[in-house]
Amino acid sequence: MRELLAEPPPRVRFDLRALEAIDAASAALVLELCEELRAGGCEARLEGAHGRVRAILDLVAASPRGVAPRVPLAPPGVVEEIGRTSAGVVAFARQVLDFTGQTAAAALAALREPRSIPWPVVTHVMERTGADALPIISLISFLVGMVSAFQGAITLHKYGADIFVADGIAIGVTRELGPLMVAIVASGRSGAAFAAEIGTMRVSEEVDALRTMGLDPFRYLVLPRVLAITAMVPLLTVLGDLVAVLGGAFVGVVSMDLTFAGYMQETKRALTLWHVGTGLIKSVAFGSAIGMIACQWGLATRGGAEGVGRATTSAVVSTLFFLVVIDSIFTVLFNAWNV
Amino acid sequence: MGYEGQVLLENIDFEIRRGEIFAILGGSGSGKSTLLRHLIGLQQPMRGEVEVDGAPPRLGARAPQAGVLFQSGALLGSMTLAENVALPLSTWTDLKPNEIDAVVHSKLRLVGLGGFENHAPDELSGGMKKRAGIARALALEPALVYLDEPSAGLDPITSAELDELLLTLNRGLGTTLVVVTHELPSIFAIAGRCILLDRDAKGAIAQGDPRELRERSLDPRVSAFFNRKPTGGPPRP
Repeated sequence: MRELLAEPPPRVRFDLRALEAIDAASAALVLELCEELRAGGCEARLEGAHGRVRAILDLVAASPRGVAPRVPLAPPGVVEEIGRTSAGVVAFARQVLDFTGQTAAAALAALREPRSIPWPVVTHVMERTGADALPIISLISFLVGMVSAFQGAITLHKYGADIFVADGIAIGVTRELGPLMVAIVASGRSGAAFAAEIGTMRVSEEVDALRTMGLDPFRYLVLPRVLAITAMVPLLTVLGDLVAVLGGAFVGVVSMDLTFAGYMQETKRALTLWHVGTGLIKSVAFGSAIGMIACQWGLATRGGAEGVGRATTSAVVSTLFFLVVIDSIFTVLFNAWNV
Repeated sequence: MGYEGQVLLENIDFEIRRGEIFAILGGSGSGKSTLLRHLIGLQQPMRGEVEVDGAPPRLGARAPQAGVLFQSGALLGSMTLAENVALPLSTWTDLKPNEIDAVVHSKLRLVGLGGFENHAPDELSGGMKKRAGIARALALEPALVYLDEPSAGLDPITSAELDELLLTLNRGLGTTLVVVTHELPSIFAIAGRCILLDRDAKGAIAQGDPRELRERSLDPRVSAFFNRKPTGGPPRP
């Protein structure tokens, strides 16, 4: 056939009457040969194709021909890299703003019409994020109280000031450690669960199904979770504070020869309403941040099971980052205001 | 029309008539599901217009104008079948709980799932999930129902039963059905008219009665689509 192309005759006829079967590659070869012959001024014709042979020839003729040459990708330059990263940050910021706006709109609408909030969902999520977390929060808080007491005792014992372990634990736990530890546990337990649940609903089209039924996903999925965890994290923090103080008291009684009554009396003397209040203000902010960030990642999920995994990881990492940022902001503000 | 900035369909113009079964056809990646999402109102076109009853389809806090069956059924996993079907009723009607229960039972019976009210979605087979999805889509008795790949992944017998159900809905209740599919037996069994999408053309390459298109179209892409060997088992009786 290549000889034909070298010196094409004025007319070439391919007789395909006896052809019973042909594959796509052979069909493409024959069609390409005809095209090359015609390009050389030859009158090339395919005749007698029938049945599946005809169908495959038609299909191949209608398809785009050839394979695009693979062009090696040049590594992106610094400017391109900066541009891409900036575009990604802008897109993410827009997504977060959109989410925040829609959640705020859903919250305002729900305030106007509180009965529109799915309260059974809220109470169910409260049970999961609050009641179900009691054992782990209690255990971790008790251990944190114990460890802090041991650390404080090393220095305070040198000065004969063992009883002030109670002051350190009471103030440190209620203002800082209690809210932060509870928020970290809630982020790992409930935040991850929110992102995974909503992410799974997103990829299995359940979120779209809600929208087609006239149910706003922000009011139906996001708001109940944000409300539930915002209410539960402060309550868990109060419990965590109490248990951490008991952990400190355990160390004081067992290893520092303090009496339980004396330890608690000193704790009561050291604590003010503001110590507990500042911690609770932080915990409200932590709870709403966990709910918002986790739900945002859940609704942003793309790409099946792998996407759900990515969204869950991102939700936990982002939440932990923002918890520290929020904590720092509050600490600076409380210091500036002397509270 | 497109998805995440990529244009998939740019040359498309068609009408769906009240009371018909209209099929949206095409190969993988031709934009069938994207077109359906625009018809439902889940996505807005970059240019041009989509109208349902003379107005753009909008989703929001109001009773839906159409029922939708998603490809996977998209039943809410935290609810039983009865609760799934009852959800649009409890949201958008003033029916009392016992009246809602009665409607739910009748819809589940209609799709052959009577007795499965208290089952969770993950206890059901793929075909049963789709039937339950149809029951939920019909809960508010909409005049228009969209179905995304109702036969995909089903065995030929279940698929034929589902087609029978769709024909019953269309003929018995007068429901307009818009079906996205690429299952040839299903297309010829139920669709009165269709539109065939093509990825390279970025739009429709044929419209009309699928049987006529199969017999008479001179476009090799159309005849290749309609005359391909059906997949998924033996041909229907």
